[in-house]
Amino acid sequence: MKHRNIHLDTGAYALNALPAREHTEFSRHLRTCESCAAEVRELVATAARLGGAAADDRPPPDMRDRVLQGIRGVRQERPAPPTPAWTDRITRRLPGFALAASVALAAVFGGVAWWQHDQAQDARARQQASDTAQARLTGVLTAPDARTTVARLSGGAAATVVYSAQRNQAVLIASDMAAPPSGSVYQVWFDHTGHMTPAGLMDPARTSAAVLLDAVDGASGVGITVEPAGGSVQPTSAPIALLPFAT
Amino acid sequence: MNSMHPADGPAPRPGDPTGTGLDERLRAVALGDEEAFAEVYDALSGPVFGLVREVVRDPAQSEEVMQEVMIELWRTAARFDPAKGSARTWALTLAHRRAVDRVRSEQSQHRREQRAAALSPEVPYDTVAEQVESRLERRQVRRCMGTLTQLQRESVTLAYYGGLTYREVSERLSLPLGTVKTRLRDGLIRLRDCLGVTA
Repeated sequence: MKHRNIHLDTGAYALNALPAREHTEFSRHLRTCESCAAEVRELVATAARLGGAAADDRPPPDMRDRVLQGIRGVRQERPAPPTPAWTDRITRRLPGFALAASVALAAVFGGVAWWQHDQAQDARARQQASDTAQARLTGVLTAPDARTTVARLSGGAAATVVYSAQRNQAVLIASDMAAPPSGSVYQVWFDHTGHMTPAGLMDPARTSAAVLLDAVDGASGVGITVEPAGGSVQPTSAPIALLPFAT
Repeated sequence: MNSMHPADGPAPRPGDPTGTGLDERLRAVALGDEEAFAEVYDALSGPVFGLVREVVRDPAQSEEVMQEVMIELWRTAARFDPAKGSARTWALTLAHRRAVDRVRSEQSQHRREQRAAALSPEVPYDTVAEQVESRLERRQVRRCMGTLTQLQRESVTLAYYGGLTYREVSERLSLPLGTVKTRLRDGLIRLRDCLGVTA
């Protein structure tokens, strides 16, 4: 069957009318085809309207109890690694206005997440550390060789990574992230061609944060995962975002 | 993103007064809120079971699938993202997928073809249409189904309500595979525009 123009599969996919193998194949295609993903989203919603137009039919009354009992033994999935299907990635050189926006953004965050300094005891030390962290952030953002990569996550969240090869540093700016599930944190990783090393934790109290990433040391990008509080030595879940450094 | 309920379109969804509140309840379910889950069950069990019955047909199997769907809804609630569609869309999409899985796993290719042959393409649509009158939502879907070409309507109906793959639809209607795929897509697009679905 090599007549296939896979873009035409959106309708059959939304209707669950692709055989298993083609369904998998198209799901994979969706990850890289932004326009297909947008169309699929609309057509899935349209198909659901067809579903809602089927005659309502009350299930037997005892099913309610059975289901409510049933869920007690069922462990829920943790929120919510956005599916890569909905993630698009834009890599480009940082233009001036974006740079200004990033700096403004970093300033708005005020208390940057600087895990290196979280032992600071008194307010003054904290303030100084914060000022220092702020200055270092700004240093990366304004570096002449700063390059930026932007990833949009599901739910309207966005992650931006600004990388300066000269400074061997990067800044990860996340905005509008869903709060991590209770008892967990977002952890940032350096991606050394698939081998992930810890690059820091995001403050779980903030859904928007700028994180300075020191000692990039040749990593090709960063990843973000959801990890148990305190972080992990290695990722224990699939990344919710992967951002290659732009060079 | 809070301002968007793409599956609902700009106007409040007719016949579904619980739309936005339901989205919030499903988000609470993701955090393990059993009470919220009971509310979601009460609001959606009618439409979900109706759809499952329509696709699966067999009453006992429909109940099994219904139970699977509801537990799946609990288990995977964290994946629900209101920015991508309403709770109702989410639940019906899940229900349809499960119903179709059941139909396909339970029946040999041969039996499914027999079933498809027995299923007049217009029947589910008419069945739907008969019960449509009481609800604006159904009336709207019926009206929009009426704007499709016959080929589009038959293909969409067999695939969605009949649970057939596009390959089976093509055999059933003696049409080339590519044609069926195209009809499914342009039929849904026409429905989307007629219903004002935005996402």
